[in-house]
Amino acid sequence: MKRNTILTIIALAIFAAAILLADSTLGRFTVRILNLSGIYIILALSLNLLNGFTGLFSLGHAGFMAVGAYVSALLTMSPAQKEMNFFLAPIVTVLRDVQLPFPLALIAAGAVAGLVAVIIGVPALRLRDDYLAIATLGFAEIIRVLITNAQTLTNGAQGLKGITKYSTTTVVWICAILAVIFMLALVRSSYGRTMKAVRDDEIAAEAMGVNVFKVKSTSFFISSFMAGIGGALLGHLITTIDPKMFTLMLTFNILLIVVLGGNGSITGSVLGALIVTILMEALRFLDMPMNILFIKTEGLPGLRMVIFSILLMAVVLYRQRGLMGNKEFSWDGFFGLFSRKDKAAKGGRA
Amino acid sequence: MDIATFFQQLTNALSLGSLYALIAIGYTMVYGILRLINFAHGDVFMLGAYFAFYAITAFAMPWGVAFIVAIGLTGVFGMGLERLAYRPLRDSPKISVMISAIGASFLIENVGIVLFGGRPKSFPSIALFDTVVRFGSISMLSVSLFIPVITVVILGILLWIVNKTKTGLAMRAVSTDLDAARLMAIDVNRTISLTFGIGSILAGIGGIMWTMKYPQLNPLMGIMPGLKCFIAAVIGGIGNIQGAVLGGFLLGFIEIMIVAFLPELTGYRDAFAFVLLIVVLLAKPDGLLGKNQTVKV
Repeated sequence: MKRNTILTIIALAIFAAAILLADSTLGRFTVRILNLSGIYIILALSLNLLNGFTGLFSLGHAGFMAVGAYVSALLTMSPAQKEMNFFLAPIVTVLRDVQLPFPLALIAAGAVAGLVAVIIGVPALRLRDDYLAIATLGFAEIIRVLITNAQTLTNGAQGLKGITKYSTTTVVWICAILAVIFMLALVRSSYGRTMKAVRDDEIAAEAMGVNVFKVKSTSFFISSFMAGIGGALLGHLITTIDPKMFTLMLTFNILLIVVLGGNGSITGSVLGALIVTILMEALRFLDMPMNILFIKTEGLPGLRMVIFSILLMAVVLYRQRGLMGNKEFSWDGFFGLFSRKDKAAKGGRA
Repeated sequence: MDIATFFQQLTNALSLGSLYALIAIGYTMVYGILRLINFAHGDVFMLGAYFAFYAITAFAMPWGVAFIVAIGLTGVFGMGLERLAYRPLRDSPKISVMISAIGASFLIENVGIVLFGGRPKSFPSIALFDTVVRFGSISMLSVSLFIPVITVVILGILLWIVNKTKTGLAMRAVSTDLDAARLMAIDVNRTISLTFGIGSILAGIGGIMWTMKYPQLNPLMGIMPGLKCFIAAVIGGIGNIQGAVLGGFLLGFIEIMIVAFLPELTGYRDAFAFVLLIVVLLAKPDGLLGKNQTVKV
């Protein structure tokens, strides 16, 4: 046990040093991918909490991200920036002069997204499986339509430009690591166990005295809170947001990460986020015009997403457990890989 | 609003409702049998339109032949989709099948973008469907009149197949109890395959008529109608063909009439269906014509 604690501390220290050095040593493009992975880790964890740990299939993530991104962007913009953005119709007076420091705005983003989730959850969480999926998708779509039409609140379809770039490597990765630690603690707590109980058998859980609706609402709230934070960080990384960003396509990317990593595995979500984000950028050349052996091909936009769709389907059809199944990384399991003798005895912890 | 505009909107609502109904039937039949939301159904609808487009423009077929070829291809495609994406997961958890459906939907859309190009194409004009018909002060495209008529005819054929033929009996049996149906020597896989085929044929017909009424094709055109028609099927009571038709017409009317009477809500048009869905799910979770199902422990 002691060995493991020391190893964890060493690994975290090396990781922290790497993150601190990343900005000065790596190129801008690499840093951007690194930060994007961090944000996707948060988003994947939040979807995994619902999908993998509570057994609620939600397709509404993009909606909560949109809420978070807009709240944080509007709260951190200076009045002058707001005036520049809202040229079609002036912004509502309540929001015009408000300007909060970034950490407060980030928490507000999560809180508002979570609040929206609680309100949506009252009707939606009474539904099961596919009905829940379609209802959450519907709510996300409604949120998007509302944002598009609320000209004086969100600047409508024009979106917001010139958002301050607060999502530095340090900020993103502190949030990501906090998210991982929080998830680990949550999953191992009694709350986490009731969530898993609801996932495995709702009726049995209810019979054992679990307040199913409350557990579902809590999980939905936490997940949306994280999605809101992820959305806000994304907005502060890209620096422009508009309603078209937050479609089902975005939810699909996160779902891909969760499924690829393994439904119900925190390690899996982290790995999945890294792999998918890096592949997304690495395969970007597929969309560009190519020059193979003197034959010029036109760029084929969409080819990249074809590969990702095939990847998702291949995982679902041939390896439903994804990379990690529902197992987590542990030092014992890690060393177990090298000493084959007692691999079965130790293994990864479920 | 004067009476002429009202009738104009009424015909619009009638043809939109018919199209929704046709696509909703595909959802409802598949859901009735497999308890699966076929997310890719909207994309099958899109393919139907593209098949017809290429049959006419690239292969220079006369429109009648082109439509039959396109509808047939769409049906075959639907059966192939079931074979590749859903059949291997017959015994898997529901969530896996749904993820596979979402994956299939994105795959078709993106392959569509690669093959057909992302830029919208316009459907060739066909004289029979493209003439302007006038009744007094109301004028409309003839296709708006054809759509409800064709829908009613197809609906009649479909109800005959489901209620009077042996295949239809098998379909109803499988949707009531898959295992019991298998014990009664019904070829379950063949029945499911046929259901997908019929649903996709209807989606194909819907897709072709849709592009004649709204003559623009793009690879993502199936997403919104697909979602809305699923909602229509839920509103009517999923698993019930008459319910899907009712839901489709209801949705078509609501969309057109709200925009017609309250033009300031036009921007919110795509949200109506979802609001309606949530209201129905809360008030009557089994839909308007659905049977109340109790879950036994």
